[in-house]
Amino acid sequence: MDNTFHPLFYGFHFYLFSLIAIASALLFVTRKSPVAAALWLINVMFCLAALYVMLDAQFIGAIQVLVYAGAIMVVFLFVVMLLNLGRPGELADIRGLAPRLVAGGVGLALLAEVMVLARTRFPAQPLPAAAVGRLSAQGAGGVIAPVAGPLFREHLLAFELTSILLLAAIVGAVVIGKTREAGDAR
Amino acid sequence: MLAESLALSAVLFGIGVVGVLTRRNAIILFMCVELMLNAVNLSFVALSKLYGATGQVFVVFVMTVAAAEAAVGLAIIIAIFRHRQSVNLDDINLLKG
Amino acid sequence: MHTELPATGHPLGDTVARLAWLIPLLPLLGFVINGALALRAAAVPGPADPSAAGHTGHGTDAHAHGHDASHDAHHAARHPAARLVSLVGPGVLLAAFGLAAATFVAMRSAGEAMHAPYVLTLFSWLPTGTLSLDAALQLDQLSMVMVLIITGIGTLIHLFSVGYMQDDPGYPRYFAYLNLFVFFMLILVMGASYPMMFIGWEGVGLCSYLLIGFWFTEEANANAGKKAFIVNRIGDFGFLIAMFLLFSNLGVLDYAGVTAGAAELQMGGALVTAVCLFLFLGATGKSAQIPLYVWLPDAMAGPTPVSALIHAATMVTAGVYMIARSASLFSLAPFAQLTVAVVGALTAVFAATIGLKQWDIKKVLAYSTVSQLGYMFVGVGVGAYTAGVFHLMTHAFFKALLFLGSGSVIYAMHHAYHATHAHADAQDMRNMGGLRAYMPITSTLMWIATLAIAGIPPFSGFFSKDEILASVFARTQHSTLAEASWLGVPGSVVLYGVYALGLAAALMTAVYMTRMMLYTFHGPNRTGTAEQAHLHEAPWIMTGPLIVLGALSLFGGLFNLPTLVGGSMSEGLHHWLEPVVGAGTLQVTHGEPAHLAHATEYVLIGVAVLIAVTGIVLAWTRLKPAELVPADQAPVERGIQRVLLNKWFVDETYDRTIVQPTLGLSRTLLWKGIDAGLIDGVLVNGSALLARGLGWVGAQFQTGRVGTYAWVLVLGAVAVLAAFSFR
Repeated sequence: MDNTFHPLFYGFHFYLFSLIAIASALLFVTRKSPVAAALWLINVMFCLAALYVMLDAQFIGAIQVLVYAGAIMVVFLFVVMLLNLGRPGELADIRGLAPRLVAGGVGLALLAEVMVLARTRFPAQPLPAAAVGRLSAQGAGGVIAPVAGPLFREHLLAFELTSILLLAAIVGAVVIGKTREAGDAR
Repeated sequence: MLAESLALSAVLFGIGVVGVLTRRNAIILFMCVELMLNAVNLSFVALSKLYGATGQVFVVFVMTVAAAEAAVGLAIIIAIFRHRQSVNLDDINLLKG
Repeated sequence: MHTELPATGHPLGDTVARLAWLIPLLPLLGFVINGALALRAAAVPGPADPSAAGHTGHGTDAHAHGHDASHDAHHAARHPAARLVSLVGPGVLLAAFGLAAATFVAMRSAGEAMHAPYVLTLFSWLPTGTLSLDAALQLDQLSMVMVLIITGIGTLIHLFSVGYMQDDPGYPRYFAYLNLFVFFMLILVMGASYPMMFIGWEGVGLCSYLLIGFWFTEEANANAGKKAFIVNRIGDFGFLIAMFLLFSNLGVLDYAGVTAGAAELQMGGALVTAVCLFLFLGATGKSAQIPLYVWLPDAMAGPTPVSALIHAATMVTAGVYMIARSASLFSLAPFAQLTVAVVGALTAVFAATIGLKQWDIKKVLAYSTVSQLGYMFVGVGVGAYTAGVFHLMTHAFFKALLFLGSGSVIYAMHHAYHATHAHADAQDMRNMGGLRAYMPITSTLMWIATLAIAGIPPFSGFFSKDEILASVFARTQHSTLAEASWLGVPGSVVLYGVYALGLAAALMTAVYMTRMMLYTFHGPNRTGTAEQAHLHEAPWIMTGPLIVLGALSLFGGLFNLPTLVGGSMSEGLHHWLEPVVGAGTLQVTHGEPAHLAHATEYVLIGVAVLIAVTGIVLAWTRLKPAELVPADQAPVERGIQRVLLNKWFVDETYDRTIVQPTLGLSRTLLWKGIDAGLIDGVLVNGSALLARGLGWVGAQFQTGRVGTYAWVLVLGAVAVLAAFSFR
């Protein structure tokens, strides 16, 4: 995408969405109310979706909104509603000052290490273009085909296993979440 | 954009870690884990621009697994809530020993 | 097992000497048979051997010093297997003696051709690279003499024991131990290397312990056995150090190799002196010299024939044999030789002083043994190895006779007290007296032995003792010893001092032996009128060996007459031992045989005889047996008498200065400190506590809270990444 738009335009939006994502994430971890936190997380996901689109992963951006923000976070909110955890007053669960500072320090340490490792390990030059299947909007199938192709060809086994995983998760969730009745065998 | 994307991914991941360490509410803890997963997804996508579609394929799988995990995890939290009337993690310590 | 003949074909190679390995093996066989009989019979209920059932002490002997308690009323019962044991025990000894005699004859016929020892290699014992030891026996003139003494006198003592121990419940065990002792002693003298000698050395120490503590249910007897073994061990340490020094410097430990290697050593050098001094330390332990003699008087707690065999004739002579065997080494170390001579002379005098005041007949003989051993060491110390061995031989004769004779006396006294149910001490001379009337044969034989030990011609002891003193005197001139100096004192002065001490000891020997005979056999009888009816001569099985020993004590001097009187027959033992110790003897006297002018020799003989006679007369006239009272009414001793009676308080001094500090150190440091504190406390309990502590620390991590786990997980991840970042 970056070669069809003015770099400044692209860069500005990239940084815009990044900052919004970071701010949303920070707000997310500091909210007392689970509902507020969930909504801020959804905001983060929206920003990430925008970034995905900007990074030529349009399909991913779409399913990010559809699945992650639209399904998973909704489930979270459903559970919050089900357990009646919405009121902030009785849910002051953030720890005291000291643990928060230490946690912040640990997070910064983690960040620093990742930066150090990334700088030293990351290859300086990108791989030759021929070895990389560059995504493009041209060709049959549009932007989805480059993702779907490998998914159903080289990674078919993983795909099938994932579907089994989903089945197991469904069954498990139903079984675990079910209310126990008097006549149920354990 | 690659380096910035990866930096953003690292920052979001770090924020997710801080959230996991700090929060006691089980559901919010879960959501922090989701944030971490999202950060990693961003990493994958950013690198897929360089290395091909495999990154995006993997993101699909990550999302699928995240969905399954969220479902099951929330079911467990509901089950625990039914017993203890609380989602405060400090109260759930039967494994102490 | 195979025999190896030297490449040149030893003259003894195709004689009966090939079977010489049977000589030690026969007593070992006796041990096995008697031991099996002892174990078998122990399972049968009945009058039990003390080692079989856990029966407590007899109760009669409340004395602090345990002694012969075999003839107690409670245990007078013959062992069921006694007949077989009586055949096997002395039988194997007699067979061994026969074989030894045959070998001796073969050796004599070989004559001049027998200039090198005949080594019989049995098997390879320790083939470990640089140190390759073989189990080998060495037959040469010196070992032949020792073997004949051991088996010959051993047979006589075994026969005596048949009578003496006949009522003892431990009869087979006794003969088993006795046979085992003879086996080890034969290994000691027949071994072809120092380690073989050491095996025999340790073995006889073990058997000595077993036999001294034969009636171990009396604590005093068991303690005596332990004391003997432990004091011996101190000496063995010296022996081991000497062997280590020999091996590390010469690389060989067999006699042939050491003799050859000794030629390379420097005369009077530090190495050979050190080796000889350490060897002598071993000898002081085994042969009861100062400072390690303290076990021998206590060893009288064992049966009397044991005292005769082990502590008079054989085991205690092992030290003398060892020095004679190491002649090539000792002759190179004048300082060590002078040390040996001085210690021997001092021991001779010291022990004699104690013997003057002992009341127990066996204690007198024990100190006499220590004193006479001192003489032997003087002999081998000044390089007169033949003289030392000669005195060893004659001493074996008359001391065995004295011990066995005292055994007959004690036997009679026991039976007398047994019959009258009295509980007096059967060994205390104050309870004896006038026994000549009841035991004439024993009395006469013991007088023969007394005259021999005192050094009256023509008894055997005179010749051997005189030769030692003459050798000392001869080496005051023209010898390596005279030219050396001992702790600053010139060698010749030391030798004159040794000679003077020898004369002093001879005087005291005559005195205390006459005293013993006087109190025991002469004067009025103090045993009691009731007992007198039961005093009689011992059975012939016991008196027979005494007669043989008496003859040997009387005529034993013929083995090595001095040239002064012997003519063509003289110096028999000297010529016999020449191939073995001749070179060593000559080395001390600068290559020429030591000789004194005839006039000097006559003077020396005259002085010695005069001193002996003076001693006898002194004792006979000054001591009044009639004034003695029985032991329980005797007055308390005072002054020097008390010191002598209490053995110069040496045991007490050792106890205070060595034993108690060692016990205290062991108790506080080794037991409480290291064993209980360090090993039990720190290592065992401590490691358990450590494991528990580590477990507790680990358990603290298992809070069961997800939050904690999340923290740990993240921190761990950070740590791992940090490791990678800083690589």
